[in-house]
Amino acid sequence: MSQIFHRSTNTLSRVTIYAAVFLAAGLLFVAAALDRSPYNTRQDVVLKQPVPFSHRHHVAGLGLDCRYCHSSVETSAFAGMPSTTTCMNCHKQIWSDSPMLEPVRSSARTGTPIRWTRVHDLPDFVYFNHSIHVAKGIGCVSCHGRVDEMPLMRQAQPLQMEWCLGCHRHPEEQVRPRDAVFSQTWQAGDQASLGPILVREHRIRGARDLTSCSTCHR
Amino acid sequence: MSDDPRDESSSARPHGRQFWRSLAELEGSPGVEEGRGDEFPPQASEWPDGLDRRRFLQLAGASLALAGLQGCTRQPVESIVPYVRQPEEIVPGRPLFYATVMTLGGYGHGLLVESHEGRPTKIEGNPSHPASLGSTDAYAQAAILGLYDPDRSQLLTELRGVSIWKDFVAALQARLKAQEALDGEGIRILTETVTSPTLVDQIRAVLDRFPKARWHQWEPVTRDAVRLASRAAFGRILETRYDLRSADVIVALDADFVTAGPGAVRRARDFADRRRVRGDGSGMCRLYAIESAPTAAGTLADHRLAVRAGAVPIVAAALARELGVPGATGAALALEGSQARFVRAVAADLLARPGRCVVIPGEYAPAAVHVLAHAINHRLDASGATVVQTEPVEPEPIDQASSLRELVEALRAGRVDLLAIVGGNPVHTAPADLRFAEAMLRAPFRFHLATEEDETSDYCQWHVPEAHFLEAWSDARAFDGTASIAQPLIEPLYGGRSAHEVLAAFLEETPRPGLAIVQESWRSRLPAAGFEASWRRSLHDGVIEGTALPALTPAHRADSVREAVGSIRPPGEEAIELVLRPDPSVFDGRFANNGWLQELPRPLSKLTWDNVAYVSPAMARRLGVASGDVVEVQASGAAARLPVWVLPGHPDGSVTAHLGYGRRRIGRVGTGVGVDLYPLRDAVSPWLVEAAVTRTGERTDLASTQEHFLMEGRHPVRRGTLAELRANPGFVAEMEERPAREESFYPPHSYPGRAWGLAVDLSVCTGCNACVIACQAENNIPVVGKDQVRRGREMHWLRIDRYYEGPEEDPAVHNMPVMCMHCEQAPCEVVCPVGATNHSSEGLNDMVYNRCVGTRYCSNNCPYKVRRFNFLQYSDERTPVLKLGRNPDVTVRSRGVMEKCTYCVQRINGARIEAEKEGRPVRDGEVTTACQQACPTQAIVFGDINDRQSRVALWRSEPTHYGLLEELNTRPRTTYLAKLSNPSDDLERG
Amino acid sequence: MTERTLPGRPPIIGPGYTSGTVTDKISEVVLKRTPRWWYVGFGLSLILVLLFFYAVAYLFTKGVGIWGVNVPVGWGWDITNFVWWIGIGHAGTLISAILLLLRQPWRNSINRFAEAMTLFAVACASTYPILHLGRPWVFYWLMPYPNSLGIWPQFRSPLVWDVFAVSTYATISLLFWFVGLIPDLATLRDRAAGKTAKVVYGILAMGWRGSARHWHNYESAYVMLAGLATFLVVSVHSVVSFDFASGLLPGWHTTVFPPYFVAGAIYSGFAMVLTLAIPLRAAFGLQDFITARHLQNMAKVMLATGLIVGYGYLIEIFLAWYSNDPYEKYMVVNRVMGPYAFQYWALIACNIVSPQFLWLRRVRSSTAALFVLSIVVNIGMWLERYVIIVTSLHRDFLPSSWGTYSGTIWDYATFIGTIGLFLALMFLFIRFLPAISIFEMRTILPEARSVEEGGP
Repeated sequence: MSQIFHRSTNTLSRVTIYAAVFLAAGLLFVAAALDRSPYNTRQDVVLKQPVPFSHRHHVAGLGLDCRYCHSSVETSAFAGMPSTTTCMNCHKQIWSDSPMLEPVRSSARTGTPIRWTRVHDLPDFVYFNHSIHVAKGIGCVSCHGRVDEMPLMRQAQPLQMEWCLGCHRHPEEQVRPRDAVFSQTWQAGDQASLGPILVREHRIRGARDLTSCSTCHR
Repeated sequence: MSDDPRDESSSARPHGRQFWRSLAELEGSPGVEEGRGDEFPPQASEWPDGLDRRRFLQLAGASLALAGLQGCTRQPVESIVPYVRQPEEIVPGRPLFYATVMTLGGYGHGLLVESHEGRPTKIEGNPSHPASLGSTDAYAQAAILGLYDPDRSQLLTELRGVSIWKDFVAALQARLKAQEALDGEGIRILTETVTSPTLVDQIRAVLDRFPKARWHQWEPVTRDAVRLASRAAFGRILETRYDLRSADVIVALDADFVTAGPGAVRRARDFADRRRVRGDGSGMCRLYAIESAPTAAGTLADHRLAVRAGAVPIVAAALARELGVPGATGAALALEGSQARFVRAVAADLLARPGRCVVIPGEYAPAAVHVLAHAINHRLDASGATVVQTEPVEPEPIDQASSLRELVEALRAGRVDLLAIVGGNPVHTAPADLRFAEAMLRAPFRFHLATEEDETSDYCQWHVPEAHFLEAWSDARAFDGTASIAQPLIEPLYGGRSAHEVLAAFLEETPRPGLAIVQESWRSRLPAAGFEASWRRSLHDGVIEGTALPALTPAHRADSVREAVGSIRPPGEEAIELVLRPDPSVFDGRFANNGWLQELPRPLSKLTWDNVAYVSPAMARRLGVASGDVVEVQASGAAARLPVWVLPGHPDGSVTAHLGYGRRRIGRVGTGVGVDLYPLRDAVSPWLVEAAVTRTGERTDLASTQEHFLMEGRHPVRRGTLAELRANPGFVAEMEERPAREESFYPPHSYPGRAWGLAVDLSVCTGCNACVIACQAENNIPVVGKDQVRRGREMHWLRIDRYYEGPEEDPAVHNMPVMCMHCEQAPCEVVCPVGATNHSSEGLNDMVYNRCVGTRYCSNNCPYKVRRFNFLQYSDERTPVLKLGRNPDVTVRSRGVMEKCTYCVQRINGARIEAEKEGRPVRDGEVTTACQQACPTQAIVFGDINDRQSRVALWRSEPTHYGLLEELNTRPRTTYLAKLSNPSDDLERG
Repeated sequence: MTERTLPGRPPIIGPGYTSGTVTDKISEVVLKRTPRWWYVGFGLSLILVLLFFYAVAYLFTKGVGIWGVNVPVGWGWDITNFVWWIGIGHAGTLISAILLLLRQPWRNSINRFAEAMTLFAVACASTYPILHLGRPWVFYWLMPYPNSLGIWPQFRSPLVWDVFAVSTYATISLLFWFVGLIPDLATLRDRAAGKTAKVVYGILAMGWRGSARHWHNYESAYVMLAGLATFLVVSVHSVVSFDFASGLLPGWHTTVFPPYFVAGAIYSGFAMVLTLAIPLRAAFGLQDFITARHLQNMAKVMLATGLIVGYGYLIEIFLAWYSNDPYEKYMVVNRVMGPYAFQYWALIACNIVSPQFLWLRRVRSSTAALFVLSIVVNIGMWLERYVIIVTSLHRDFLPSSWGTYSGTIWDYATFIGTIGLFLALMFLFIRFLPAISIFEMRTILPEARSVEEGGP
């Protein structure tokens, strides 16, 4: 009877059988990696903005407080974006003829608002409230990173559900004194021991409350 | 065993009280049960809705794209658009509330309107407004959808061609100039009922400028009888209002006083305050209802007498005679058996409580009934106590029917040169016998101000889009005279104009904006000193201080009774009478394009998207028809074919039908829905005409959200009498067993912190549907359309169940609001494969739309069937303007996900966050659910049941407290207080 | 092992066969030219497959609203069909595994295509759990896998158990079937004329040479898989029945479901085997391999399981009465006399009455009668699931929320579509693979047998 296959086929077939297992595992791994990759989360991706606004310059350089521009961060779910007039308060005098700021000036002239590109964009079915996080002593840095080191704004964290849950399950790892909430530079001496104390002081609710679905989804 | 399931069940009926849901059920007729003996009924097969191939392919593409997107959710890039100049009062992300006023039939209802960044999204009642006290009716709740209605007229047109305001004003003023010489005798202004002081000022100013011009009013839901009766009884037209807080005994003479007429919401509140049974129930009032068609009042009544509308005056007169009202005599007033006994008992009860009782005549009852009611109340020393007479709220109260007739005659005679129709839709609503439409064509210059391009617009050269009441400055007076300023919450979306601006065009070269007009008219009324302050306060409070009308003590004309009794004509026994009523959803037709209201299950019948001929079971049998069979109704020389609905408790030999349907022109939603019955109406007797009814043999499909079914000896509604309660306080709890908490497969949850709960007091639920629409507005609940409702797919998170009990001629009717029970041992939670519905730490049954994959297992396993599923893409995501009206705090659900009542979790979270920020607990009453807030009778209470002092906790400790299906040990958080009635012993014994 | 000596029993293989002739007879079915009727049958079933794809495309476009489902009846034809197909999928494994372990040699001629049938039925069944979803594109959320959401499926839900049960069953059945095929694939490889055929069969045969070691490994693997599969026969349909049993609806919430679902599954499974075997043996002239004996045995199994199912129905009614629970009692009354009484009595007629004819040898030995009966039983088993799902849902606890249900044209289309899918796969199978196990047939030849008897 004539040979259809070369002897090597035996090895080949054996290898493929075992390889298949690893191949499947590998595919799953890649999928998981893609899901968490910046491609999907936009973490650390710098998006194009009408004005190349530099947080580093305004925060580190000029020492502006977050609340100067994001004025409703303590009172509302939405932190607030500065109105054109807010920008113009200073830029009437400073850099008043810089071509970079032309969009701002034209907005002030024509009354057409500036269209910023959203950097931290949660899905529409997630209801994040800035004011309560600030009130409970979660620092801006925890989610937005060291904006004082960002010439151009980017998303510092993945903002995926598992990441949110991380903090909602263990707030003590992120909580800081209320007066340090807006500080970019504050460092806990020993978060491990400070955290639980602050959680008690700030009356931060337990994980069971914070991880109830309706805490974020309605 | 017989062919009828009920035989089996009746043995398992502890209390022997038989509940049933519809006659066909009671008769066990196979007819209603679609599909019996037929595996695949005809309606089983067709496409969900008309869908051509092109559309299909588009959808295919779209959905595949969607599928791709959904597969791995990657956010599209969005942008943030900050203000250029930020208004101080606005904090982005935080709603603001503005007080304003809505008018219906001319009378004002105070509102607080929620606005998100300048977009009105939700309407609430104004607690400081006498007509509201914080509550609203369904119309007010639905008005927000009317604001964003994409079908509202958007263009000022001349002969259907696009024009502009300036040209219209020029054309108008040219006409006026011509009229100046003639003192404007060719000018006719037609409005609806007007209580707006400003508008009346303007009209009077016009009449001053043109002495011979005339002003006519026509309100299709006419109150002429009320006015005429008042004139007859007191010599001049007065406003009559009732104070039910001090009424121990209430007699409703064909009066649906809790839902119909000016001040109904307030009356419902006052009535409920005397019905809520706490402790031993002392102070509970008693209600007798004499009615010609089942109404909310009838469902609440302790004793109900169903009589034909034609007989109502006779019963009223008999009651008057029984009470010894002078002049109430005559052989015609003799009543037979049951009616006589009823009247005697009522009279006795009334006489026992002089000054603490009241007889309320119906809005739609003939003048004679009102006259008699006045006399009876006078006789019972009710005047000044439970009945209050004041100066009329309308500055110009007139007999509108004759006013309209006058106008038509003038038109026919060609004496009218300029016909200004300011609001209203007379072509559709004018009594047919006047043939208004053809008459008005005789006027050379006709214009129409209206929110929609409707039937009347077709007959006018000019159509001026009217601003929605949330877009314009105006004012209005409430049933007690209290005046309010209506302030706009948003610039007119479609460039509409208010009546004030149009009237201004009669007087001024360049008409001033509404604000200036309204402000000026109040400048003249309010003290000049500190006007700005009082104006601001009025805007803020929503009421203008000291504008309520003081009570009068007019002399009662005794001989009015004799005239009234003399005018009573006993109805022909065999003659069938047609009782016309405004529709509980679309009213006189003005709301016909409002999808929320069209899909709102009508009280009692639970019908949607149709008007029908309500008849008694006996009459249906005589006609040989069942619900859904089409009959032809002939009256006033016209005929209409409309489907029958068999309504238990409906008086025999009479047909009740609702106006406002069969709109020929209004919009995508309302055009062609139902049958127009205005042609059957008669100018002389607008609410009652003789009719002939014949069956046509045709059938139509009606969409009822709750058609059949019996109670099967179960006790969803537990009810009893005050006497029963006093005899055995535990009788409610004993109706079903309450299993121990531990009898569960899974360990019970613990609620160390808050535990939200909601309780409904069935004793005071009127079934008015305000809660249903409030829920729909608050939670972005979509409209699904008639076909989907017929398939049992309506989306209301909150439904009002209706049960019948007793004989079909005169059953007791029970309303039961049912929303998610938020069970502590929720059957839905354990079966969801992806954990899309979970138990929150505060006992809420959270529904996570974005996790739901749509297995529908939770709904299958829900014993209350309160879950709703998006079988198709129901919420409209294509019409941009509708997005403005949505509640930004609630996710808009897409196709394929389950949804249900969340206890308005967005409101809970809002309140909790505020409380947490201030480091204090959430106060009782700080969180109100939408349904609770809207409820006119405050039948719903929500709060933390762990807080002993909270109102909900107190309600739950009442002896009448019970849980729906609690025998299943689901441990519902939504619970009920049994429905208690307070019947009189004499009638009970009889 | 001496059936042949018993009087009055037809043999399990026609007389006068040697291993050579057996091999020829069976393999020629695959290797000779394709008969015309095959093209016709395959073509027709392909048309139905297209219908299936059309229905599914429209379903994904519009949503499950195109079906008749509503509130309160959230499941209808979809889950009915799912359970029905899964049930059919049972006979295969039962015949292959359990009868193998019970050393029932008569199984050898039917196990092959019974297993194939199982696979294809499970394939059809497993479309429904996805199709019936409101958002089918996220079906994978039912699988436990580490994800960036930080959450898992809800393991208390029977639907998750389903996912495991069905996928395990599918995997094992596939392996079992394939392992069983290997020796025959080798045979085909050796007998195939064309080069391509040789290569394809060759690859599938995985270098089988029939050496003693091969046979040894083969035997142990086959028996091991049989052992596993045996548990699955019981587990799968028990788990499927949990979908209902663990709900609290009257008519669902009952402990009798697992056993009586399994019995019902086997019942319908054997019915389907008959439905397929009878035309098959006629078409390929295999009366000598699938003999009257086989048909009779299967008929007996059907009778037995049919009786168990009947007992299940009785118990349901009895418990409803015995529990004295008003909801349960009404459920039964409503089933028997309510809007769906027709379906109920139809199912009683199909599942309880019709199999009683199998008591008669005359019926058991009449091929035509068995064919008709098998189809009747399949219809009956479909109705059973329909009745359990719909009548329990459409009238549950609150009369106010009661409703009625009926399928739409899209429900029908999807169902017929899956039948087409099933048939198409079946046709491909009988054309390209030996529908009867060649080597196992050899083992029941007289010559093999004599060896066996002579052996230790």
